Amino acid sequence: MLVSTNWLSNYVDWNELSVEELAEKITRAGIEVDGIIDRSFGMDNIVIGYVNNCVKHPEADKLHICQVDVGGEISQIICGAPNIAEGQHVIVARPGAILPGGMKIKKAKLRGEESNGMICSLQELGIEGKLVPKAYAEGIYVLPNDVRAGDSALTHLGLYDRILEFDLTPNRSDALSMLGVAYEVGAILSKDIKLPEISYSASAEKAQDVLKLSVEATEDNPMYVAKVVKNVKVAESPQWLQNTLMSAGIRPHNNVVDITNYVLMEYGQPLHAFDYDRLETKEIVVRHAREGEKMVTLDQVERTLNDQQLVITNGIEPVALAGVMGGANSEVHEGTTMVVIESAYFAPSSVRQTSKEVGLRSDASTRFEKGVDPNRVAEAAERAAQLMAELAGGEVLDGSVTFDELDKTPQKIILSPDYVNNRLGMKIAMDEMKTIMDRLQIPTDLINGQLVMDIPTRRQDLKIKEDMIEEIARLYGYDEIPKTLPIVESTPGGLTPYQAKRRIVRRYLEAAGLSQALTYSLASPKDAQAFALETAPVTKLLMPMSEERSILRQSIIPHLLDATTYNVARRNESIALYETGSVFLGIEEDGLPKEVEHVAAVLTGKWVHHAWQGESKKVDFFVMKGIVEGLFEQLGLLDRLQFTKATVDQMHPGRTATVWLDDQSVGIIGQVHPTVQKQRDLQETYVMEMNLQAIMQTAIEELLYEAVPRYPSISRDIALVVDRDTTAANLEKIIKQAGGKLLKKVQLFDLYEGKNVEGGTKSVAFSLTYFDPERTLTDEDVVKAHSKVLDALTVQANAQLRS
Amino acid sequence: MKEQLHELKEQVMLKIKESNTVKDLNDVRVAYLGKKGPITDLLKGMGKLPAEERPKMGALVNEIRESVTEILEERKETLEQQAIQEQLENESIDVTLPGRPVELGNHHPLTRVVEEIEDFFISMGYEIAEGPEVEKDYYNFEALNLPKGHPARDMQDSFYITEDILLRTHTSPVQARTMEAKDGASIKIICPGKVYRRDSDDATHSHQFTQIEGLVVGENIRMSDLKGTLDLLAKKLFGAEREIRLRPSFFPFTEPSVEMDISCFKCGGTGCNVCKKTGWIEILGAGMVHPNVLEMAGYNPEEVTGFAFGMGPERIAMLKYGVEDIRHFYTNDIRFISQFHRSEA
Repeated sequence: MLVSTNWLSNYVDWNELSVEELAEKITRAGIEVDGIIDRSFGMDNIVIGYVNNCVKHPEADKLHICQVDVGGEISQIICGAPNIAEGQHVIVARPGAILPGGMKIKKAKLRGEESNGMICSLQELGIEGKLVPKAYAEGIYVLPNDVRAGDSALTHLGLYDRILEFDLTPNRSDALSMLGVAYEVGAILSKDIKLPEISYSASAEKAQDVLKLSVEATEDNPMYVAKVVKNVKVAESPQWLQNTLMSAGIRPHNNVVDITNYVLMEYGQPLHAFDYDRLETKEIVVRHAREGEKMVTLDQVERTLNDQQLVITNGIEPVALAGVMGGANSEVHEGTTMVVIESAYFAPSSVRQTSKEVGLRSDASTRFEKGVDPNRVAEAAERAAQLMAELAGGEVLDGSVTFDELDKTPQKIILSPDYVNNRLGMKIAMDEMKTIMDRLQIPTDLINGQLVMDIPTRRQDLKIKEDMIEEIARLYGYDEIPKTLPIVESTPGGLTPYQAKRRIVRRYLEAAGLSQALTYSLASPKDAQAFALETAPVTKLLMPMSEERSILRQSIIPHLLDATTYNVARRNESIALYETGSVFLGIEEDGLPKEVEHVAAVLTGKWVHHAWQGESKKVDFFVMKGIVEGLFEQLGLLDRLQFTKATVDQMHPGRTATVWLDDQSVGIIGQVHPTVQKQRDLQETYVMEMNLQAIMQTAIEELLYEAVPRYPSISRDIALVVDRDTTAANLEKIIKQAGGKLLKKVQLFDLYEGKNVEGGTKSVAFSLTYFDPERTLTDEDVVKAHSKVLDALTVQANAQLRS
Repeated sequence: MKEQLHELKEQVMLKIKESNTVKDLNDVRVAYLGKKGPITDLLKGMGKLPAEERPKMGALVNEIRESVTEILEERKETLEQQAIQEQLENESIDVTLPGRPVELGNHHPLTRVVEEIEDFFISMGYEIAEGPEVEKDYYNFEALNLPKGHPARDMQDSFYITEDILLRTHTSPVQARTMEAKDGASIKIICPGKVYRRDSDDATHSHQFTQIEGLVVGENIRMSDLKGTLDLLAKKLFGAEREIRLRPSFFPFTEPSVEMDISCFKCGGTGCNVCKKTGWIEILGAGMVHPNVLEMAGYNPEEVTGFAFGMGPERIAMLKYGVEDIRHFYTNDIRFISQFHRSEA
């Protein structure tokens, strides 16, 4: 909503404040003023000129040499506009003027002819092209002849005006009219407001004698008022009206249409003017359109209607799409002499639906959609009739043709001052509350210590007690509310164990060198299920904005790989990222997808890099595995963790493992398949993804202190030659089983395949640590235990001992 | 024999002087003082001396032996010190060479903001509540006083899965769920999480973003409590000298509704490019829980009141750290993420 502060002065006297102060007060009271536009743009030296003489430039086809009277002085100005002519009053920017676009007007020579200024279009004065009357859209603006050369053109055009740009919240549709704004400003400033005085002398002829009305769709159209004005002379509107409309962001057309738009902005009540003669039938019938019925709207578009859409008809065919747009067939035109003014209440939902269906949103439809003030419907029609009499020479027929089943009674709200104060944490006296209601012009009685309020229908946002608390608080001033803290039955607060563990996981991964990434949950069909830990039906959007973001992800890895490719392409070649977040699997009983929190990570490039000491190691499987092991250690689950070789789509078949927690598979780890790496422009890249939720929800043993060893431990190393296929995990398992309770630790410390061992075999070395918390071990004890281990390895793993 | 002894001493002294390493010196010691050395020989030969000379000679031999030993030790110490000195010189390094990097990752700037807010409220006894990102229309809209047909819930603005299920457009459904689950008990929660809206991604819009909301419900919760809470939050996030102001606003789920501005942390309120010359920066929306919302969750709005507030960690991070494009948070450029490593105070 654009509010001209000049126009506002007609209704409320705010002039003891600066525009900035006014804007600030309005903002603080609840309507945000987004900006202040100075329509003069600080221009100067813009005067009205009279074109005394206008001849073609001898050297240029499109230019004219004009002798312009700029107020007691004749100035030669070259003009290139197609519509320049002798005898016109025009806008002249004199040398020294600076136009809103930044153009500085100087004396100049154009093709050898002197030019002392510029004859301007409205656009050149900073008026948007779409607001300039059509007649002057392509050229200079021509003023009427009742002006005087030398006077300020800006004054004449009403450009010494500042506009408040309102950013209205959806509830404040009352401020979609100048009167609504005036009520608001009046309340803020504690000022009375001046409403328009409506008076005109009506003709003896009665409106109901020339027009018949029937409303068939009474639910969507509970009130319809038609006034008839005859002997109208359609012409350009007076300058002040055109100026006012342009200041409100509306393009002037002709006096009749301009008057309906003026009243729309003044009252917030959309009006429509029909050419009475073009209606042909002397009848208006409001009904729903017939399915497939066609009509051509004012914008010359033929529209096919459906049976939900409300239309105004002449009893035969539609002449307007109710509340949305008029029809071309009944449009007011130059030759119109008799006008029907329509003022109606159309149901908000009906207009919203129609305007959406036909794709038309107008100043009228936005107001109907919010619900217009039922008590202004008739008054607005009278106001328009008055202006047509005053400005278009019309003669208003007596009375109006009306259908009215609309409830116009104000709503009552009863409020106790305690209720207000208890909710605000304040002590506002009842009298002060009453004063605020008076400022808002909400009729209020004090009965039995309560405020009994009749809410005017113009404030449709005020429905419940809490709405009135807001009215009181905002006008009393939010700055006056004290600062306290809530007193609630005390709870300890804090993170749940799950949330605390999530933070541990993040901190651990960061300490391990991975940075946290945050990627989108919506994925492409190609990526949605890639690398997924389990297969489940996907969750698709009904109306995606793009295929790229159309399905909820079932794995985090694809987007982490995208992020990696993005980084690598920008020469960030060593990447270590992790992400925790939900994946979406199948549908639960309640209809929602099963959301499971996962953790995923990606590593590529160098892991150890210390150049000048010649240390540089690329990431490999075991770097990622170490990170996973560390994570399980942090969570107290390391001894329940296992890895088994696995085959996963898009992963390297020889370098991928399933991650097991006890006997539950909780994740995958491994290298991205070389082909996929290539497709994604990546070098050797490792990923892991785990069901974090399952891991974090696993119960762990209580953390209890274990005595620090008092007796020394004894270590023994063994070197074995085993089949190449024998896994380290298998050997370790055999060792642990055979070692008995004295064996405390098994650590693989060497692995060799190659020259010095037979083909198909490998050499593995373990360090075994024996320990008894009760006593110092003897050599004998260790030999006994150790030989069992060696036997077991020989028997169960076909291992050969190396000396 | 006396001469022999003196000559021997001279010889040893010379050898000691000539020894430049501890090892050479040791050789000298073994050669002269050892079991097979000349001094031992001399002592062994004492028997041949007349008895009256023996004590005198013995004393002399011992004296020489002691003095040689002493000089040997002195020389040894000198040589050892020299050796250490030499070792130290050899081991000297350029301390300005780069150290071995400790590769630390860091958390995402949004996590940083979210955790700062969470921790602040945890210190005031709040719990952290979470809920599903795919929500029922009921919790996302209806339970929040946005009935079907309400203009604010246009299909065009939300990602629907079915007619009744959508990606949540705010974290408020967590509030609705918590209220329902608490069954009339009082509540103090913070709800952080991802939310989704049908927006094209550009510098100021993202189809996925984060929100963090707070909700307090109980007997006698007042708007002044909201104001006091938000004031502390503003000071915690943006500095102790921040002032706040509340402006009336509109949200369907609160009444009265407010927007909170903080005094500009860049210029202190005098006006600059961060606050667009107003001295104030809009930070969050808040209000008193709408009676309809309380009622739908099973509370009696005549007896129980509440306040709620919500903000966007992206906006806060953009303001705090001067980030100009929201897309940076989701591109995961390591050159961006790694800037949020260090501590702030």
